[in-house]
Amino acid sequence: MQFGILINEGPYNHQASDTAYLFARAAIEKGHTIPRVFFYHDGVNNSTRMGEPPQDDRNVTTRWSKLAEEHGIDLVVCVAAALRRGIKDELLAPGFRISGLGQLVEMGIQYDRLVTFGD
Amino acid sequence: MSDMDMEDDGSGIVKKFMFLNRKAPHGTVYALEGLEVVLITAAFDQDVSLVFTDDGVYQLMKGIDTKGIEVKDFSKTYRALDGYDIEKLYVDQTSLDARGLTEDDLIVDVSVLSDDEMKNLMDEQDVVISF
Amino acid sequence: MLHIVNKSATERSSLDSCLRLATKGSAVLLIEDAVYAATKGSSAAAKIQAAAAGLKIYALGPDLAARGMAGRVLDGVNVVDYGGFVELVAEHRNCQSWL
Repeated sequence: MQFGILINEGPYNHQASDTAYLFARAAIEKGHTIPRVFFYHDGVNNSTRMGEPPQDDRNVTTRWSKLAEEHGIDLVVCVAAALRRGIKDELLAPGFRISGLGQLVEMGIQYDRLVTFGD
Repeated sequence: MSDMDMEDDGSGIVKKFMFLNRKAPHGTVYALEGLEVVLITAAFDQDVSLVFTDDGVYQLMKGIDTKGIEVKDFSKTYRALDGYDIEKLYVDQTSLDARGLTEDDLIVDVSVLSDDEMKNLMDEQDVVISF
Repeated sequence: MLHIVNKSATERSSLDSCLRLATKGSAVLLIEDAVYAATKGSSAAAKIQAAAAGLKIYALGPDLAARGMAGRVLDGVNVVDYGGFVELVAEHRNCQSWL
């Protein structure tokens, strides 16, 4: 089955991105595919490579980049939400790209399920 | 085929999308950014239902004036929704009652649903996105 | 339909709204701070137990454990891991996150 994931909150402040990541990993382990994750609202803050969490903490952004590279996940950051919050192409971590809200709607149209994680 | 100005993912699939607005405007950004998703979805020629429940009904208040807080008043956009072919607007009676509101307090025409009608509407959707 | 609730029932009204609008036979999955509602002695316990008559109630085990609540789960609540979360999403034709 194809699952789309929508993440509406930034890393660390909320558990949303952590839960979404663990859900995505479990889905892949069960043989499902996650073709795309869409980042909206403050969720766009998951995409910046400028974050430097302490050594003993998880790196939420790096974890998404790695999962995306291993399993071909398209990490899409909403352009309007990103521009509002100062997220630009040159700040993006590997695997992330900036695009329009149409990419979110397509997930709803094309995939079997769309699961939202937020506040 | 879709019109030239219509977005199209190429699949020709039309799904039932419900947008469930449960938050008041201005205190957080969800109502405003949620509305942007609704408009884009309509451009993809999908079957869109827009639901306002819980504090989401406050988004539709008549007489909203945001000048004093210096933020955009997006409530006018709700009145332009039929221009986007979004005609299915719903609120639930329980949420209105809990806030001392009636249909007359709202800036747009909506269908007022009972809890049972709302349950059934939600169940028949293909995609539910909540803001 | 699968309903997902992630907020503490003593902080937000999302659990109440979910229980009000979930059709009989639906599944409700409690994750993150919502798992407290599924524990013995919580103020939401009676609500959850009453709802369990018409709904299937699940709670995410790793979230219970992370909050020291693994040993306090109410009878009638099914504890699942992330794999179980995935199965619930797959089994139901649509899902709603009560954010």
